[in-house]
Amino acid sequence: TKMSVREALNTALLEEMERDKDVYVMGEEVDKYDGAYKVTKGLGKKFEGRIIDTPITEMGFTGLAVGSAYKGLRPVVEFMTFNFAMQAIDQIINSAAKQLYMTAGTCNVPIVFRGPNGAAAGVGAQHSQCFGAWYGSVPGLKVFMPYSSEDAKGMLKAAIRDPNPVVVLEHELMYGTEFEMSEEAMSSDFTVPFGKAKIEREGTDLTIVTMSRSVKFALEAADELAKDGVKAEVINLRCIRPLDKETIIKSVIKTNRLMTVEEGWPQHGIGSEILSTVFESEAFDYLDAPAIRVTGADVPMAYATNLEKLSLPGTEDIIRTAKRITERKM
Amino acid sequence: FSTSATFDLPVDFKGHLCEPPPQQAEATKEELLEYHKNMFLIRRMEIAADGEYKARNIRGFCHLYDGQEAIAQGIEAAFTREDDVITTYRCHGMALVRGSSVQAIFEELLGFRNGVSRGKGGSMHMYNKSSNFYGGAAIVGAQVPIGAGLGFSHKYRRENESDKMNVSIAMYGDGSANQGQVWEAANMAALWKLPVIFACENNEYGMGTSVNRSSYITEYYKQGNTIPGIFIDGMDVLAVREGMKFVKDYCGSGNGPMYVELKTYRYHGHSMSDPGISYRTRDEVTNVRQSRDPIELVKKRLVEAGFSTEDELKEIEKALRKEVQDALKAAKESSVPDDSELATDIYTTGKKMGDGPRLESEMPSVVRMPDITNNLHY
Repeated sequence: TKMSVREALNTALLEEMERDKDVYVMGEEVDKYDGAYKVTKGLGKKFEGRIIDTPITEMGFTGLAVGSAYKGLRPVVEFMTFNFAMQAIDQIINSAAKQLYMTAGTCNVPIVFRGPNGAAAGVGAQHSQCFGAWYGSVPGLKVFMPYSSEDAKGMLKAAIRDPNPVVVLEHELMYGTEFEMSEEAMSSDFTVPFGKAKIEREGTDLTIVTMSRSVKFALEAADELAKDGVKAEVINLRCIRPLDKETIIKSVIKTNRLMTVEEGWPQHGIGSEILSTVFESEAFDYLDAPAIRVTGADVPMAYATNLEKLSLPGTEDIIRTAKRITERKM
Repeated sequence: FSTSATFDLPVDFKGHLCEPPPQQAEATKEELLEYHKNMFLIRRMEIAADGEYKARNIRGFCHLYDGQEAIAQGIEAAFTREDDVITTYRCHGMALVRGSSVQAIFEELLGFRNGVSRGKGGSMHMYNKSSNFYGGAAIVGAQVPIGAGLGFSHKYRRENESDKMNVSIAMYGDGSANQGQVWEAANMAALWKLPVIFACENNEYGMGTSVNRSSYITEYYKQGNTIPGIFIDGMDVLAVREGMKFVKDYCGSGNGPMYVELKTYRYHGHSMSDPGISYRTRDEVTNVRQSRDPIELVKKRLVEAGFSTEDELKEIEKALRKEVQDALKAAKESSVPDDSELATDIYTTGKKMGDGPRLESEMPSVVRMPDITNNLHY
């Protein structure tokens, strides 16, 4: 069965709302408008009073949802884009992520924050940014970054069922992309585990660790590299907090080479964290070349097509970097 | 004599788009003695905390509640424990009336293991989920939308539209009243008719900035625009109780939120680094203590109604002082949490741990320590 990422998310919400009446969705335009990206399409009619349109007040409705989660409800907060969640980041971090700790384990916050993240097309600096590194750095949060439809469905369902606050960073440009769904993924019991990466493609010569939409470019690059006899292993991180260090380290020990690919900015990014993790581990001794990060350019996003393209990592960047890493002998 | 008496409330309620409650309250001897006891405990506890802070046994920020005791006690008297409370970082008084012991509060201030939050919260983070007290929130204004969310849960779970709902009170100071998110929350609460009380404790100063220097509208009960509000004398526990009963009834009946201004005064500075006299005069503080003190008002009523004599009250207060001193002494005999508590309560499995309110921790596979050779669980 083929299913778009959008349909997969919609199905996840539908199944979880049928399963548990404490689950509700709150956000801008989620009900009557069917969601800005149509992720909640049709749900408002099916679940009366549980798909809740809010005014454009992120800080307010996020705080309100967090408060309801203190009482045991299971809100799914949709941000129209994660750029707008910056208005609410205090509520996400100070009120949700830290609450269990501050209350010495008595007040958990079963809440999901989800919405499109990363680069969109032609929307300029304020609407194109990856927040993976931001949320990925916060103890108390769990953070998923889905790539495929299977990822999206299983992650959102796992997030809703989890008793902790979970951030699901979907990719704005992937909603319409269709993927084959396995029989397992079609089941209403299907969830994706936290902290487990998925090896999308096995290889022996180079480890490419990536997440979200960049998985697509990494896979394309791996196809090209294979033509030159370079067998790249592509790891879809899936969950950036907790981080599956074990899979990364094992892979690097096998391939002796490492590259990360992400859309976010280079400085203090997810790639930086992965490289550091490898350098601090036993895998360091197995490296045959310097590990390299492929990232978004260190600039705000421009509007012009050429500048926008220059800002984002693509298949070509990965191939070029892979060659640089694999040609080098130590 | 009768065990109950009727008292005039000296400062008028004021209503904004509503008729305020009557200027009288009935109270029994037991009620007044209970209020006096809790308010006096808060007063002595805060004075003791002041001393411990100066002796460097309490660290960080410490915001004291003396002067404002009638508000916490009055709200508690009007509510049940099924009603939710969330307040600011000035939370010691509310923690006490919601059921935490003086000793547990002291232990939290000292950062000790049996503190209200097991030493993980500190002065600004006290909670009691089993009695629906949600903090103790230390980001100015952020607790208000959360309070609206607590109220949202009552509406969400209500089975019939005619059912009376429990309410949530979101408390904030005059200093947070102009935070944008207060209005964001009020807008949604009014739009969706949530049983939420927006309660401004106006102690006249947000840190050192007087209300006139921070607020265009200084009548805080009117800040809800077309949301009704009432003004309550926050120095009179019976006025707070009667006012809050009135507001709880209105909000719990599905009429939507209400704004409340509780006019009060804090005797201490904003926090321990503030002597509290650069932006106000000593005379001002002395004058409030002499003319509006909330504890003196309860005592006066007890005596005037013939419920107690001044001598009896002196004896009671003597015993309460000792109770606070004993609690402090016991607290100081405790100790800091085990080192192993460092990485508990970051994530949970959601399962209960034993009979208590604590949830089982889901331990992270690794906790990065300053020294990588010393990582936990790796």
